[in-house]
Amino acid sequence: MKDAVAPVLPREHYLNVNYGIRSWLLTIDHKRIALLYLVSVTFFFFLGGAFAVSFRLELLTPQGDLVQAETYNKLFSMHGIIMVWFFLVPVIPNVLGNFLVPMMIGARDLAFPRLNLASWYLFNLGGLFMLYAVLSGGVDTGWTFYTPYSSLFSNTSVVITVLGIFISGFASILTGLNFIVTIHTMRAPGMTWFRLPLFIWSHYATSLILVLATPVLAIVLLLVMAERLFHIGIFDPALGGDPLLFQHLFWFYSHPAVYIMVLPAMGVVSELIATFSRKRIFGYSAVAFASVAIAVFGFLVWGHHMFITGQSVYGSMVFSFLSYAVAVPSAIKVFNWTATLYKGSIAYDTPMLYALGFIGLFTIGGLTGLFLAALGLDVHVTDTYFVIAHFHYIMVGGTVMAYLGGIHYWWPKISGRMYPEGWAKLGALIVFVGFNLTFFPQFILGYLGMPRRYYAYPEEFQILNVMSSAGASILGVGYILPMVYLVWSMRYGPSVVANPWPATGLEWRTTSPPPTENFAQTPVVTWEAYEFMPREETEVVGKLTPADQPT
Amino acid sequence: MSEKIVSTKVYIVIFIALLILTYVTYQIALIDLGWGNTIVALAIASSKALLVALYFMHVRYSSRLTWVVTAGGFFWLAIMIGFTLSDYLTRGWLTAAGGR
Amino acid sequence: MSDAHSVLAHHFDNLEQQREAGTLGMWIFLVTEVLFFGGLFTAYTIYRMLYPVAFADASLHLDTTLGAINTAVLICSSLTMALAVYGSQVGNRMLLILCLLLTIVLGAAFLGIKFTEYAHKFAEHLVPGSAFSYGKPELRQQAELFFSLYFAMTGLHALHMVIGVGILAVLVFQAWRGHFSPVYYAPVELTGLYWHFVDIVWIFLFPLLYLIGLHLGGASHV
Repeated sequence: MKDAVAPVLPREHYLNVNYGIRSWLLTIDHKRIALLYLVSVTFFFFLGGAFAVSFRLELLTPQGDLVQAETYNKLFSMHGIIMVWFFLVPVIPNVLGNFLVPMMIGARDLAFPRLNLASWYLFNLGGLFMLYAVLSGGVDTGWTFYTPYSSLFSNTSVVITVLGIFISGFASILTGLNFIVTIHTMRAPGMTWFRLPLFIWSHYATSLILVLATPVLAIVLLLVMAERLFHIGIFDPALGGDPLLFQHLFWFYSHPAVYIMVLPAMGVVSELIATFSRKRIFGYSAVAFASVAIAVFGFLVWGHHMFITGQSVYGSMVFSFLSYAVAVPSAIKVFNWTATLYKGSIAYDTPMLYALGFIGLFTIGGLTGLFLAALGLDVHVTDTYFVIAHFHYIMVGGTVMAYLGGIHYWWPKISGRMYPEGWAKLGALIVFVGFNLTFFPQFILGYLGMPRRYYAYPEEFQILNVMSSAGASILGVGYILPMVYLVWSMRYGPSVVANPWPATGLEWRTTSPPPTENFAQTPVVTWEAYEFMPREETEVVGKLTPADQPT
Repeated sequence: MSEKIVSTKVYIVIFIALLILTYVTYQIALIDLGWGNTIVALAIASSKALLVALYFMHVRYSSRLTWVVTAGGFFWLAIMIGFTLSDYLTRGWLTAAGGR
Repeated sequence: MSDAHSVLAHHFDNLEQQREAGTLGMWIFLVTEVLFFGGLFTAYTIYRMLYPVAFADASLHLDTTLGAINTAVLICSSLTMALAVYGSQVGNRMLLILCLLLTIVLGAAFLGIKFTEYAHKFAEHLVPGSAFSYGKPELRQQAELFFSLYFAMTGLHALHMVIGVGILAVLVFQAWRGHFSPVYYAPVELTGLYWHFVDIVWIFLFPLLYLIGLHLGGASHV
């Protein structure tokens, strides 16, 4: 629906209330901090992407002819480290979560605004160490830092890199702590737990993981540094240590970490599906509980990364069984999103395209996870491109697409402008095509036996590798496109009303962009989540939910 | 959040109990109980920790949320230690087909 | 006398909400500390299970008397900390300041004793690394693992004590300035939670590091 008169931006909002670099670098406004994070993670995304471009170029040919083997090891290691810790873990919680969590619950800010700013500085401090490591040649250990190679034998900047990750981990912990306290103590009157948007439930579950898992990563990285600096032998078999102890402690964090990466994305998808079906999410409670279940069960499965390491077979069987169990709540979510679409009033705006893409690609990624959870099959496909394809379907086909969908969806709220829909749809299509061309061949490659982390491969795999590299270049275009038109829209995009979609949720009941304190008055919530009125009523009467009174 | 102000008497009683338990744990450590030494030592340490948490840290007078948070932390630690230990303890139980 | 209105942060609706948030935040932080130390406790559990003899033997090289004294010192400091919180709750500024100072003194005493122990270990070549030497060669590697864990765990604990003492010093200064009252004493209470947690860590470290070899009949090698 179009307004007869172009909407006017509010006179004062969080972007123009103060000018100058100090007002940004010393801000305690969660919305500005979210944008600070947006700049940081975007930088790291393209840096990690640059590493990917490098090794996908190498993989165009079966021989190792573009870079040396040691260099290749550094390329994939830095790609993984940057993408995991400096993009995927922080992106949705610290960009969309920081911006939206207080608004969605009707609060003026997070519980600890200064800790929020501190977390951004810690994140960048860690990033600086990591950049220094990149400039001094990077590490070649893989993002998994397996010992004793990382702790004793590698001749690369392990300590600096690990220190960077260690410091950035505190940013994670502070964010999770902030979200949990905020959601528990600062909900607006009437905003009961089961009236919360599912985005909040997802971020709450994610925060549980952030708070419980990240400290273990911190200590294990500290031990790697100690072993490297002081030769204490804690993971060195020659000195009585056990490399598997490293893996247990590492994966105790790193498996829940993948849920840190995907749960917020699922929260975004719930919002998008609801709004663009104009329907309450089917089985709201089930989706809410499933989020928490994923967080909890996700801590019980880490041994599935260690099936071939000499871990106890009995233990492996238990981990395998639990890995199947953890798929159930994810499946419940996928079923419920799909059921929401049924008899919904579907709109195909760009955010919805990304959300639908997420559902399909996440399902493929999740199902292939079950392949990997089967002990016998894992022996065949572990450490091959099958695993790589599996997790990229979830991380890229899932999380990145949900992130892009969320950025587009909330862009009007964040910037007060609308992006160009035609270009955005094109971008979504390019991303979808590029993604599948990049990663589907990798399932086949892995199943045929191509190992991961190799820079040379048998001739017969070349065609699939070429397809994958070609897809990567298309995917790159798909990522650059939004960068261009979103920035363009900040200046030239049409200004929007408070609630352009329209959507439910408290964040849509304040201006676009919002004022610094979010709401002119603290809202009092008397309605359930996702209460959409029929489209005709909204357009004619201007009512959004039963609580809205026509003026 | 505890509004209740715990009396100094309670603190002193708990303090004395902690000192006594410290003495006890030291004395028992001198006796050979085999496996029991570790169990008793951990039991006494856990009791001391519980006293500190309940009374010095006011958990006894705090909301259920505080109790859940505290218990959750230790429960998660138990998961980490327990599952890791179960790998090491069960390595000999089942062998892979054709393996050692 | 602190002005209740001025201590309320702009994003909270009332002092009760602010207190609730602060307390929950500190408890969650302590949970992260449980998992942080927990990684070391996990490593300790595994290696002690794998090398019980070496661990018991190496433990005898620790000075149990000093360890026990330190345990008592920390327990006393927890009492003084609790009394400091009490003092702030009832508005007794002198009691608050006195108990904060006592806590600092006891904390410093703990660190002093620890430092002495470390100095002894250094002199006895029991610090892991190239200078490490051990009486029984067949247990040497595993004993070095024990000492790695000893220094890592007690070192991390000591670092937390140092930070705690620093925070307490700030609190003394603020208390002296009349910053706290029965209406607003959250920083004291939250610091108390942190301090008691650090005490709890030591409550576990003492028996696990110092007492595991005593029952074997061998006298302490110290």
